[in-house]
Amino acid sequence: MQETSALNGLTQTVMYVDEVKQIQAVSDRLHQDSRARAILVVDKNGQLIASAGAASELDTTSLSSLVAGNVAATGGIAKLIEEEEFTGQYHEGKGISVHMTIVSRRVILVVLFDKNTTHGLVRLRVKKATVELERVLEEVTKKAKTPQVNVFAEITDADIDNLFND
Amino acid sequence: MSFINYSSREINCKLVYYGPGLCGKTTNLQYIYNKTKPDAKGKMISLATETERTLFFDFLPLSLGEIRGFRTRFHLYTVPGQVFYDASRKLILKGVDGVCFVADSQLERMEANIESLENLRENLADQGYELDKLPYCIQYNKRDLPSVVPVEELSELLNPTRVPEFDAVATTGIGVFDTLKALAKQVLTELRKGS
Repeated sequence: MQETSALNGLTQTVMYVDEVKQIQAVSDRLHQDSRARAILVVDKNGQLIASAGAASELDTTSLSSLVAGNVAATGGIAKLIEEEEFTGQYHEGKGISVHMTIVSRRVILVVLFDKNTTHGLVRLRVKKATVELERVLEEVTKKAKTPQVNVFAEITDADIDNLFND
Repeated sequence: MSFINYSSREINCKLVYYGPGLCGKTTNLQYIYNKTKPDAKGKMISLATETERTLFFDFLPLSLGEIRGFRTRFHLYTVPGQVFYDASRKLILKGVDGVCFVADSQLERMEANIESLENLRENLADQGYELDKLPYCIQYNKRDLPSVVPVEELSELLNPTRVPEFDAVATTGIGVFDTLKALAKQVLTELRKGS
């Protein structure tokens, strides 16, 4: 994942194939090791980066947006009480529970699990996965410092208009 | 903040509908949701109070098709318009790629419009953004109501920088897609510049 400075002061997040592969591998491993139902790796703005397990049965787009909203709201609470950040959140349900962890202040690792495992095991495995994700994200930050080619520089007005033809 | 995923070949952009309470932000999203083909939209999520006032945000994911082999998706958000939900509004502006300001055309809502627009500038500045440098358009909503202010007057008051502006009646859909298209185009044009 790469964050580049923009002309208007905005930043852009770019994910390249290698990094997604590594994050996917961490998610798959965490899914197996924790015996969770599904794993989502979501960026703090609500975009899904990778998923594992039964994620295909879920509305991951909506989940990602809500998870990011939830983390943003909790971050707002932290700021108000002068706490740096709440790095973890846990929502306990009757059937399914959700464990969320913020990694490197940039991505949210979401684990959905049921009675097939325990919260203790999930927390333990999440700790290990967090270290691995931190390593990947660190590599990514290094890569972001190297300028990359903008593949969208070639987009024409016609390309943009074509999107709205329906 | 646009999100480009080379692995899934997707571009995701975040558009935020901003404006005073009851100006029609949610109605814009509802109309877009109702008129979009099922395969081009996700679920619309509304985090609202029991009286259907937006509490945190509405969210609608749209898929517009492919551009240079990349699937183009827009995530549409609204903010809660009521003054006291300012902390939530600030959070929703995080990572925004384009803003639509929905103004309520009624004379009695002019102060609310001005206040909300100032609030937008302040909240963007808090996140390190400048409204004048962002893809941005204005919609004058509720043009069907009796006590509306003439568009020229609204424009003079709310649109000094002459960004694209649209008349609308969001309940019947007039101007809704024109506004969305204009904003989406600006965002994609910005992407081309390398932002």
